Amino acid sequence: MTRLTLATASLAGCFGCHMSLLDIDERLFDLIQRVDFDRSPLTDRKRCGSCDIGLIEGGVCNEENVAVLQEFRARCRILVAVGACAVNGGLPAQRNPLDLRDILTAVYATEGGLTAGARIPDDPELPLPLDRVRPLHEVVKIDYFLPGCPPGADALWQLLTDLIAGRAPRLGPDLLRYD
Amino acid sequence: MTDLETAAHPEHLRRIAIEPLSRVEGHGKVTLLLDADNRVRQARLHIVEFRGFEKFIEGRPYWEVPVMVQRLCGICPVSHHLAAAKAMDQIIGARLTPTAEKIRRLMHYGQILQSHALHFFYLAAPDLLFGFDAAPDQRNVAVLAGTHRDLVRQGVLLRKFGQEVIRITAGKRIHGTGAIPGGVNKAITSAERDWLRADIATVIATCDEAVARMARLFEQQLDTYAHFAECKAPALCLVRNEGTLDFYDGGLRARRADGTPLFDNAAADRYWELIGEDVKSWSYMKFPFLKCLGDADSGWYRVGPLARLTLCDRVPTPRAERERQQFLAFAGGAAARATLGTHWARMIEMLHAAEVIGMLLDDPELLGRDLVASGGQRAERGVGVIEAPRGTLIHHYRVDENDRVIRANLIVSTTHNNQAMNAAIRSVAQRDFDGREISEGLLNHIEVALRCFDPCLSCATHAVGRMPLIVEARGADGRLIARRVRDDAPMSKQP
Repeated sequence: MTRLTLATASLAGCFGCHMSLLDIDERLFDLIQRVDFDRSPLTDRKRCGSCDIGLIEGGVCNEENVAVLQEFRARCRILVAVGACAVNGGLPAQRNPLDLRDILTAVYATEGGLTAGARIPDDPELPLPLDRVRPLHEVVKIDYFLPGCPPGADALWQLLTDLIAGRAPRLGPDLLRYD
Repeated sequence: MTDLETAAHPEHLRRIAIEPLSRVEGHGKVTLLLDADNRVRQARLHIVEFRGFEKFIEGRPYWEVPVMVQRLCGICPVSHHLAAAKAMDQIIGARLTPTAEKIRRLMHYGQILQSHALHFFYLAAPDLLFGFDAAPDQRNVAVLAGTHRDLVRQGVLLRKFGQEVIRITAGKRIHGTGAIPGGVNKAITSAERDWLRADIATVIATCDEAVARMARLFEQQLDTYAHFAECKAPALCLVRNEGTLDFYDGGLRARRADGTPLFDNAAADRYWELIGEDVKSWSYMKFPFLKCLGDADSGWYRVGPLARLTLCDRVPTPRAERERQQFLAFAGGAAARATLGTHWARMIEMLHAAEVIGMLLDDPELLGRDLVASGGQRAERGVGVIEAPRGTLIHHYRVDENDRVIRANLIVSTTHNNQAMNAAIRSVAQRDFDGREISEGLLNHIEVALRCFDPCLSCATHAVGRMPLIVEARGADGRLIARRVRDDAPMSKQP
């Protein structure tokens, strides 16, 4: 069997989808028989090589997220939005009705008890936040969407085994959840 | 310790970025500025994401909060879930039933176990077993599973067990719903208890082995390990009953690096009297400090496994306490002073968590059916403080008479460690780099230093900071210039 390459990234998410992937437990040994990990928080590859499958958790909340998402889209044959935040923005998108400048000012400048002179961090090393948190498909084309907060390990396993076998993933209602 | 924080003339220096940081949770990067002789002139850990959880929680009903805020972090959701639930217990004036507290403790110690196992076996172990300078494509759990299959199997077993403890107490492994204001919403059946109990002996034995492995690594490489990423800092944690380690509840204790007491048994729900916060232009993560030591430059401190095991007077389970004594005594205290000693301390805590889980599973009260206490005197403010896997976690809420959250603030574990992590990478930049040609392996030393803290950068990016009640402005000489007390300071006695 040809080995496939798998890349993963967490954008504006909580890492819970990656944890759910690790919840495949002993099946991890089967997975690494069939795939090589490329760029992922689990490896030290800092840039995405040419990959068969890309899994992205989290929505898009700043310019760096946009760049990473575009890199994955350019390098991954199949790109999957994993989890509520990637699919529709999730909980971080709850900030969308609020004005970004107001929140930043409240947090870093006017909140009582901060050291005198505190202001919004503005160093060029910090990526600019977007005005709204967006789901992945508003930025790039997404091939599959896996809902759930997080999707269960069995759902991720089914998705991966289908993709590895060259099938379009088909998940029954017992594997799909919308929590 | 502001050495290397800001270079005088950055425009003449070469920039190297380690981006993204890998085998840590969340988003961060390190930038280094080097001069023509390859000497590091500036080194900074940047937290690059901002989310603002506390702001959009405002207006939500209080009972939603424990379920919402755990989405701060998928690795330690239980910490946020329980810290928020503890705060909401105070809002409704409830005292937990013994069964509810035991179920929550079981959930929490399950999480300490799985998080510590995740960090060692899935994230940090390649650095320690292959060496800091190993080829980058070798440094991951997939390669480790080939070369050290039994070790990775142990990691999978421990993490799985911890996750199963969480599933049984919270309903699912990640982002469960077990804790509610005043108690828990799910009893434990004897079948569930027996299912966990079947594995506990193996789990404890495996934790024992993990501690022994870490001790061996220290013995083999004491010279390197003892001084790597040196970072001498005061330490802070919760302790219970005159110094017993407790992850779920207690009072705050802090000591200087040399062991001098700073405060003890301080009421955690008045943390703002002890902790101040600063902001720097180059990170979204704030810089907390102990007010009794001055400002962010003089008062920074550390939290987490090393802080806890050096601050507490005893660990209340026999195996872990024995291991702690050996750890403290090792090489005249060299491991307990070392930044890499955090890994060893983390494994001892993992063993302790397994022992506590075993004791709770043997406790008949765990299977009780009295799960929710009725509310009592309603309060406007609730502060839930807990020892999360990475250190002290503070959740602070105000709730109005219509049950809506009107203010929220969180100081997460990784934020407490902000300056300590910066100090650790600057130590590496000074000692390990020291004009050497920059290589990929050398850059990994920076990440090895950060991984000692097991940083949870997701948690840190969500945090918006505290809700302080007293603001002081001081001149350069430390003299008080202005002082402002917030009008809505609840129940606060002015010092």
